[in-house]
This record gives sequence, structure tokens and C-alpha cells, in this order.
Amino acid sequence: MSETRAIALRGERGGARSRASGLVTPAPMQAVAYVGLVIGVLVYVTPFVVMIINSFKTQGELLRNPTGLAPQEVTFDNYLQWFQDLNIQQFFLTSLVVAIATVAGNVIFCSMVGYAMAKMEFPGKRVLFALVMVTLMTPGTVTFVPLFVLVSKLGLVNTFPGLFLPFVVTPLGVFLMRQFMMGIPNVLLEAARIDGTGEFGVFRRIVLPLCGPPIATLSILTFLMSWNNFLWPLVAAQSEATYTLPIALTLFSKGQEATNYGLLLAGAVLVVAPIVILFLFLQRYFVQSVVSAGVK
Amino acid sequence: MTAVARTSGTGNRRASSGARRQALVAWGFALPFVLFFGIFMCVPIVSSFAMSFTDFKATDIQTPFAVGFVGLDQYVSLFAEPQFLKSLGVTFAFVIVGIPLTMAVALLLAVALDSGIQRFRAVFRVGFYLPVVCSIVAVAVVWRFILQDDGVLNAFLRIFGIQGPNWLNDTAWALPAMILMAVWRNTGTLMIIFIAGLQSIPPEMKEASALDGASMWRRFVDITLPLMRPTLLLGAVMTSVGYLQFFEEPFVMTGGGPLDSTLSVSYYIYNQFGFGKYGTASAASYVLFVIIAVLSFVQFRVLRPKD
Repeated sequence: MSETRAIALRGERGGARSRASGLVTPAPMQAVAYVGLVIGVLVYVTPFVVMIINSFKTQGELLRNPTGLAPQEVTFDNYLQWFQDLNIQQFFLTSLVVAIATVAGNVIFCSMVGYAMAKMEFPGKRVLFALVMVTLMTPGTVTFVPLFVLVSKLGLVNTFPGLFLPFVVTPLGVFLMRQFMMGIPNVLLEAARIDGTGEFGVFRRIVLPLCGPPIATLSILTFLMSWNNFLWPLVAAQSEATYTLPIALTLFSKGQEATNYGLLLAGAVLVVAPIVILFLFLQRYFVQSVVSAGVK
Repeated sequence: MTAVARTSGTGNRRASSGARRQALVAWGFALPFVLFFGIFMCVPIVSSFAMSFTDFKATDIQTPFAVGFVGLDQYVSLFAEPQFLKSLGVTFAFVIVGIPLTMAVALLLAVALDSGIQRFRAVFRVGFYLPVVCSIVAVAVVWRFILQDDGVLNAFLRIFGIQGPNWLNDTAWALPAMILMAVWRNTGTLMIIFIAGLQSIPPEMKEASALDGASMWRRFVDITLPLMRPTLLLGAVMTSVGYLQFFEEPFVMTGGGPLDSTLSVSYYIYNQFGFGKYGTASAASYVLFVIIAVLSFVQFRVLRPKD
């Protein structure tokens, strides 16, 4: 009872204070918080600044002076080398195709099974849900060895499907879609069914259009997962034709270019840039996706 | 379940055929997921377990069912292998130091961001969250550059007259350097989750105790922290599952060295896989799996709300 009263009270107050959870902190404490946050954010952003500045330096300058701030002479050679000699366009394309296939598979298949689990009765439903919950936390390190055996038996090593098929559905996706769809009122579905709409029609025309929020969350999470995925492509991509961006960068950073930091940092900028740009535009959705995936 | 029970209970033929039809339609919706989930998730989990009792090698891929059964031998030799034990120690050190540190920094940032400040909130949030979205490989390349002997960090330390170590080539400092990087990369996620947790605490509870004359610190310890238990638990489990598997950082930055001082369990598994010893790799990955499950379970027990 006290809880409902608290919520009612909070609703009445509204306004600027409702954003913070506690009391309004006294001004001196807020000043301390500001100073701490400013110092902290400077520390957190420094590696990005270092990365960008040094990617415009020549190899000679980096060897002479790896800590100097502004470059003495600005060079674009590191970037040019990635595009002209190292064929980064191709790695970019591979990463993009794999990520899009992963997102599409998750959105389509997980929303379908999520609908069945949320709104229909069928034998085996509980077992399926239990399996999904058990696998929710299974680490990739546990499965990659037999997965490799399986994928090579299927002849899919070094192919695009070999890179994305293992991730085309995720337990987390089912969970997110099911949870959201359980909240859709049955009356809506019944009304359409009475009008003679088939089950797939109900799914496509009534349920899916309502599922914008979980689909956005799932798309962001799976895109991030795929774009930054490492262990699996490291194992399953064995020639330049199927390297994703992180794999290409890794192999250069461990090979003969291991100390060519100008080139490596330019590569890091190119790997990170698409995601960072996406993040800056879709910031609110990123934050929501973390909260909804975490606080189920 | 209730619908099935009701329809079959009435013995109405039309209703029960309707239930059968619905079951069929439902399986139609579930089928693509079940196929991919079964083939690429369930089969590997089970066969990883099975493989850990065999001497499966890379050369056996063509005839996977002709391998020899060796019982617990893989596990026995694993725990007699100094390098594996070393990798367990490295992983535990990473987790035991890394998780409290990450959670403390994230909680501190969450409390600061939630203290009623209005200006630059978005800037702070973006700044602290930015490392999370970046590929670990790219991040590791940058940190390797920063941590060089004559790199940015040591130049910064020299301003204060401190001669920093050659971080990544020093057996004592390579792992701490990696932990710092992990804290930097992972605070953003926890910070966001903790802010959500802080905002779900009814302000009236704090106001009441403020009226009782409790200091800010006491309010934090007596009211905020206990109410944050579920959120802290979630953060701890999420972080430990990730940290127990750390791999990219040493793979890119040190190659597991110097002298295996950054060789994690995941890295050990990857190496065994590379040597073609799939049975050994599977046994080691099941050990890791069990550790992850046990740690998650313990954290649930320790941090679950006290009623």
C-alpha cells in the first residue's frame, strides 16, 4: 500500500525533480559531482582522441615522438592505404552483409516464435521456453569447437552463411519478443480473427506493427553483437574473402604491420566509426536496449 | 496450458480439433527458430559435452563418430597441466579484481549522474557509454599504442616524476593494465543499468529518512544500497559472464604473454583448438561453463533480496 502511495505522490510532483531519484542534492555536493564527472569523461574520451590524432601521423613521426599531441605534418596515407592496398571496402561489406542477415533472421524468426509462445497453446511450449532460458547465458566459448566441426561438415567454413547462420536466432531475441507480446491485449487479436483473418494475417497486420520497441531493441543488440563479434569469425573465416572488419584489423595488428601504428589506428577508426555514428544518432534507443535487455 | 485443459476436458470434438489446429499453426510459427536453435545451439552444447570424453582431434572431422572414448582422461590431464591451471589463475584474478572495480566505478558515476544535476547529462552519458559500443579489437589496438614503453600513459606519468613500467611486456603489469582497460570498456553498460535502478527507488523513502536526520552517507548505505540489491545482482552476473570469457584483449595486445601472464581460460581453449586437440578444448570449455554457472548461482544466493 505504501508503494502505491509513493507512486501517486511521485506522479503529483512531476517537473524537473522527477528526473533524479532522490532528494535534490545540496549545491556543494553537486559541484563535487560535476568535477568528478568532467575529469572522468575526459579520461574516458582520451583513448578516442589519441586514436584519431595519431592515425593522421606518419610512421616516422610516430617512431620519433609517439606522445606528441598535434601532428607536425598531417597525412592521409594511413587511410589511403586501407582503401587502396588493403581492400577495406570488402571487409566492410562482409561485416555489413553478416550483420544485416543476423538482424533480419533474429527479427523475423524470434518474433514468429515469440508470437506462438505468447499467444498460442501447443504441446512442447514449456520445454521450448525452458531450453531458451537455459541457453540464455551459455558462453560462446563452450560451443565454438563442436560448432566448427558442424559447420565444416556442412561445407560452410569460409562462406557468408557459415558466418551468420549460427547467430541467426538468439535466445535473448525470443525472450524479448515473447515478453512484449504477452502484453498485447487478446481482444485485439480476437477481433481480427472474428473478421476472418488467418493466424499469419493477425501476426503480420496486428501484432508486428505494435512491436516497434522490442524490434528496435533486438535490432540494435544483434547488430552490435554481429559487428563486434570476434571468436567465431576468427575461426570460421579463413581467407580474405570472408574476413570481417575486426578479423582483418586483428590479423594486420599481429602480422608484419604489428608496429605500424599509424595504419593500425586508422584501421581502428574505420572499424569503430560506423557504430559510433549509429550510436550518436540512435543514442536513446541504445540506452533503452541496454535497460530492457538487462532489467527484463 | 489452461486452454488445452479446458477444451479437452469438455470432450467437444470441434473444440479439440480447434486446439489441434492451433498447435499445428503454433509449431509452424516456431519451426524456423526451432530448426536454427536446435542445429546451431543445442547440438553444439550437447556435443561439446560428449566430445570432452573423447580424444577428438582435428583429423577426425570427416569421421566424427569413430573417435575413441577416453572417459574422464581429458579432465584429469587438464588439471595436471600447469598451463591450464595458470590460465585459471589469470582468469580468476581478472574477475576478482575487475568486477568489484567495474561495479564501484559504475555505481559512483550513476550516483553522480543521478544527483539532480541537469546540465551536460547527455554529454556525460555518451562519453562514458562510448567505449561499450566499440569493437574490442579496435579498442585493444588503441590501448596497446597507449601502453607502449614510451607511450602516452608513461609520458603522462612522467609529468608527475613517475617512471611507468613497460606495461604489456612486464609479467607483473600486463594483467593489471588489461583490467584497467576492461573497467574503462564496461562501466557504461552497468552505469546505465544502475541509473535505471536508482530511479526506481521511491524518493519518499529517502525523504522520510532525511526528515529523521539521517546523513547522506547513511541514506545511501541504509536505503539506496539495499533497494539496489536486485540491480547490483544483475550487474554482477552480467559482468562476470563476460569477464570469465575474456579473450580478445590478450589476443590482440599480448598474445597471452609475457610468460603466460595474460593467458585466460578462453585463450587456452582457443590454443588447444588451434593445435587440433578438440577433445581437450571441449573439456576445458566445460570447466569454464561450470565455473560460470556456479558463480552466477552463488551471486544469486548472496545478493538476492532478504525478505
